[in-house]
Order: sequence, then structure tokens, then C-alpha cells
Amino acid sequence: MRARQSLLFCLLLGLTSVAGAEAITADVQKQPLNLPAVMMFLLFVAATLMITYWAAKRTRSTADYYAAGGGITGLQNGLAIAGDYMSAASFLGISGLVFLSGYDGLIYSIGFLIGWPLILFLIAERLRNLGRYTFADVASYRLAQLPIRTLSAFGALAVVALYLIAQMVGAGKLIQILFGLPYEFAVVIVGVLMMLYVTFGGMIATTWVQIIKAVLLLSGATFIALMVLSHVNFDLEQLFRQAIAVHDKGEAIMAPGGLVSDPVSAISLGVALIFGTAGLPHILMRFFTVADAKQARRSVFFATGFIGYFYMLTFIIGFGAIVLISTNPDFLNADGRLIGGNNMAAIHLSQAVGGDIFLGFISAVAFATILAVVSGLTLAGASAISHDLYASVIKKGEASSDKEIRVSRIATIVLGIVAIVLGILFEKQNVAFMVGLAFAIAASANFPILILSMYWAKLTTRGALVGGFAGLATAIVLVILGPIVWVDILGNAEAVFPYKYPALFSVVTAFALIWLFSVTDKSERGSKERALFEHQFIRSQTGIGAHGATDKH
Amino acid sequence: MSADRYDKVKQNPKFHQLVARRARWAWGLAAVILLMYFVFILLIAFTPHWLAEPIVSGSVITLGIPLGLLVIIVAFVLTGIYVHKANTDFDRINQQIISETEQ
Repeated sequence: MRARQSLLFCLLLGLTSVAGAEAITADVQKQPLNLPAVMMFLLFVAATLMITYWAAKRTRSTADYYAAGGGITGLQNGLAIAGDYMSAASFLGISGLVFLSGYDGLIYSIGFLIGWPLILFLIAERLRNLGRYTFADVASYRLAQLPIRTLSAFGALAVVALYLIAQMVGAGKLIQILFGLPYEFAVVIVGVLMMLYVTFGGMIATTWVQIIKAVLLLSGATFIALMVLSHVNFDLEQLFRQAIAVHDKGEAIMAPGGLVSDPVSAISLGVALIFGTAGLPHILMRFFTVADAKQARRSVFFATGFIGYFYMLTFIIGFGAIVLISTNPDFLNADGRLIGGNNMAAIHLSQAVGGDIFLGFISAVAFATILAVVSGLTLAGASAISHDLYASVIKKGEASSDKEIRVSRIATIVLGIVAIVLGILFEKQNVAFMVGLAFAIAASANFPILILSMYWAKLTTRGALVGGFAGLATAIVLVILGPIVWVDILGNAEAVFPYKYPALFSVVTAFALIWLFSVTDKSERGSKERALFEHQFIRSQTGIGAHGATDKH
Repeated sequence: MSADRYDKVKQNPKFHQLVARRARWAWGLAAVILLMYFVFILLIAFTPHWLAEPIVSGSVITLGIPLGLLVIIVAFVLTGIYVHKANTDFDRINQQIISETEQ
């Protein structure tokens, strides 16, 4: 059961194997140097550095640096969002989960997708009309700048830091396996490249890295899926029949396998995925890169299409791996398990269907995937420091554009160094809970303030502060007291808080306290803030007064 | 942006029409998505056996597979519907509001 318990987090991370015991753990074997993979990766790096050089010349103002001048189109942004969201976790983790238990993989992919339509219906347009560079712009639109920016910046930094550490550790281990490079070396390469992209190229470079990565990942996954389908003459019945015949679980892989058996956990997980997605700072930031609300909507439409299509491919890839590699001794070690763990299913399958060159391509894509995700994260973290804390809180909006960009670049370098150091320090730690915690914090601290600031006239600074901090604290405390940290990591016999996913409880706490401390706020500031809602509402609906695009890229 | 302009927008009946229409579509579609997702999750939690039934007798494909894929497709189609509605209907009203309140 313990394997089950850490399943979501492993999956979110994607790089720790699904069944804890056979994880890509610290003692993973370094593989021989994979030359085609290294060549293709170098090609990707060369191309992205050229883009960074090009982007650096076009990055003149804060609008360019944080938001690519608002000149990204809906289709480009949809691809970039997909590139930001489809981490190595989605690709390797979900196909690995399908390989391990079939249908259950589909359940998780649906959870990761379902937040997107809601972001479109309720958030995208208002966010674009009200904000400029960060989601804190929107949250603090009519509330007190200093406390709300500070709270939002901390919420953003907490999410970014946790996500980043998990990605760095995952990247190190993955690269060790794929390329045969030492762990520390891999972590440093990821950190340095990400610093280069973000420091010099800002949002323009980050966006193009994500677009290229999304195109590569979607094409690679499409090719694998087509090869799998051609193997069974495009007959799905045949694919499933062959998979059932060779899988140890037999017909059970075609139905839910008990991952979602307790309704409280199921709903809590759903809440974390839906509201967490809508509270991730690096995702929200992407909405400011387009010209207007119309392009923001189109972005989500394309992103939902690409992400949904991608999850369908991972389902086919997982079943393809069952049929094509689970019985092939080339991919198994002595005890009959997949070399490198279940999360290597898609990687091995790429070799089975496309040979060494294609294996190299997919390995390079996996590396590129990590780079694109960490770049987006770092830019979001650096913006929280430079735009929210430095320019708005410390300088009270008086900072010059040049100074603000300089602070952002310094913040990027500091974040990069911190990520490298923590990535190396955490090598042998279990970091699987970190992405789960990041989603829980995003859902419980960032999301409630953001959505209520846009929709609820009676929200006041006092309510947002109390509820936001309470949501943040509840999420952290419940994760620590829950089964994953309290039992699996700290080694206690029984969890104080019985559920793996705290979001249902922490999100409800946040909303309840925001409501309570807002409606009981009789201060003069509170009534002023309520009065400001009307103008905010008109702008959010019509876009009158919204920051427009400054440049085309 | 002057307070004047906002007052004009507020008094324009089309603004209230826009707000009402958008709210109806946005919340309506959000409700459909949430309902669909949580029904799916609760089906998995309470009636996994039903999802394990074959789609036609003799097939190994279970009901759960087309249903799961349907959730993904419906999510995408609903975003398409909203974007279409917003790009045509809402934006048209919005443009009228903007031009009618221009100073």
C-alpha cells in the first residue's frame, strides 16, 4: 500500500518511479555515455542559446522582460503553456503509470487536464484585463499593496522553490540514466542553462524554449504512438488484447485499480489539481504575454487541446510499452523489472520502435522538457522578487525599469544557484512530496485570494491576509502530518492527519477565513477597498484601461 | 482611465447585458465540467465494476476507456464553445460598449 500512497507525488514528479521500491533512487546505475542523445541535446542547446541571443536584443523594457511585450499570439502561447505544463512528469510518469497499472494512468491525466477549462471560463480574461506581469498585480489590484504583494510573492516563491528542487533532483537522476553523465554535472548544466535563458532572454526566450520543447515533445510522442498503433494494424482492440495477455494484472489493467477508492481523498486530489493549476505562478504569468483577453482565451483553447491530445498519446504509449517492451529481455534487468524503473517505459519504447537515433531524440526531448519547465519557474520566482517585492513593496512603484530588470536578473542568478545547491543537497532525499505540496500551496494560498479578488466585492485586505496565510500554513502542516512525510519520510508509525492530499481541508480553511475576516472588517480601508470593486469589475469585463501589447515578437 | 468613462460604461445597458451573458456561459460551462469530473471520480470510487464492463460483449475494451476519453474530449470541446461564443457574441457587445463610451 505504501507504493500507492506516494503514487500521486511520484507521478507529479515523474522521475521517481511509481512503485517506491523500484524507484530511480540515489543508487541508480550510471549508464554508458549515450552519444546520439548528447548530440541531439547539444543541437537543442545551440538552437535555444541562439534564440536567447536574439531575444536578449529585443528585451529592452520590463514589459519585454516579464511579458515578452505582450506580443505572443494565442497559438504560440497555447503551445508555450503546454510546454510549461507538460513536464517530464507527465510524459514519463503517466506513461510509466499506464505501463504499471493500465487504466489508472488515464484517471490521473484527466485530473491534470480538467483545471484548464475552468481557468478559461473563470480566470483567463479577467486576469489578462487586470494584470500586467504577475498574478499579484491582480490580487493586489484594489487591496493594500504592501501586505498582499508580500503574501502573494511568498506564495509564489514557496511554489517555485518546491517545484524547482523536485525538478532539479529529477533532472539529475534522469540525465544520469539517459546520458551517462554524473548527477552533479547534470544539475549544474540544467541550472546554468536556465540562468542563461532567463537572465538574458527573459520571457521572450523562455516562451520560445517552451514552444520548441512542446513541438518536439508532441511530435516525438505522436511518432511513438503511431508506431505502436501500426504494430497492431491500428486496431485498439488488438493492442489491449495483447497487453492483457502479457501483463501480470491481466484484465485488471482495463479498469480502475483502486487508486481512487476513498471518496475524501479522491475529491481532495481533484481540488488540489484543479485549484492548484489555477494558482501556479509560472502558469498564470503566461497570460500576460498575449495582447488582450481574446488571445488569452485562445491560448487556453489551444493549450487544452495540446495537453488533452498529449495525455491520449501517453495512454497509447503506456499500453504500447506493455506489449512491446515488457517481454523483451533487452529492456529488463535480472529480476525481470524494467531497467531504470517503470518511468523509463516511454524511453525504452522509443528505442524499441525507432532505434538508437530515436532514443537519442526522445532523451534529448526529456532533457529539453525539464529545461523549459525550470526556466518558466525561475522567471516566475524572479518576477515575484523584482516586480512584487522590490519594485512594488520596497520602492513603492518608483523603481526605474532598468533597475527592476537588473534586480530580476540578479534574482534569477540567485535562484539558479540556490536550485543547483539544493538539487545537489537533496540528491539522496525523498523529494516526491514536494510537487504535491507545491500544488497544495498554490490551491490554498494563491488561488483563493486571486479568485475572490476578481469575483467578490466584499473582499478586504484583512480577510485576504488572514485567509491566505491560514491556507498556506494549513497546507504545509497537513502535508507534514500526513502519511507521506510523517510516516514515509520521518518514520513514524501512524500519520496524525490521515489523508495524503490536504487540499480539500486547506482550501476550505482559506476560503472560510477570507470570508469571515472580510465581512467583519469594519475598517475605513476595508470600505474603500469594497468601493473600488466597481471600477475593477468594469475593467475586468471590458478590458478598458488594460495594459496593451507593446511589441510583436 | 477617468472615473467618467467608467460611469458611462456602468450606465450603458449593453454592459449589463454583457455581464449577464458572460456569467451565464462561464458559470454554466464551469458547472458542467465540475459535475462531469466529480461524477467520473465518484464512479471510480463507488462503482469500479461498472466501468470494467466491456463496451460490447466479447470486447476487451471496457466502458471506462471511452468514458475517460470522452471526459478529455468534452473538456476540449467546451473550451472551444466558450471561445467561439466569446469571440463572436461577447466581443461584439464589448466593442459596442467601448465605442459608445469613447470620449
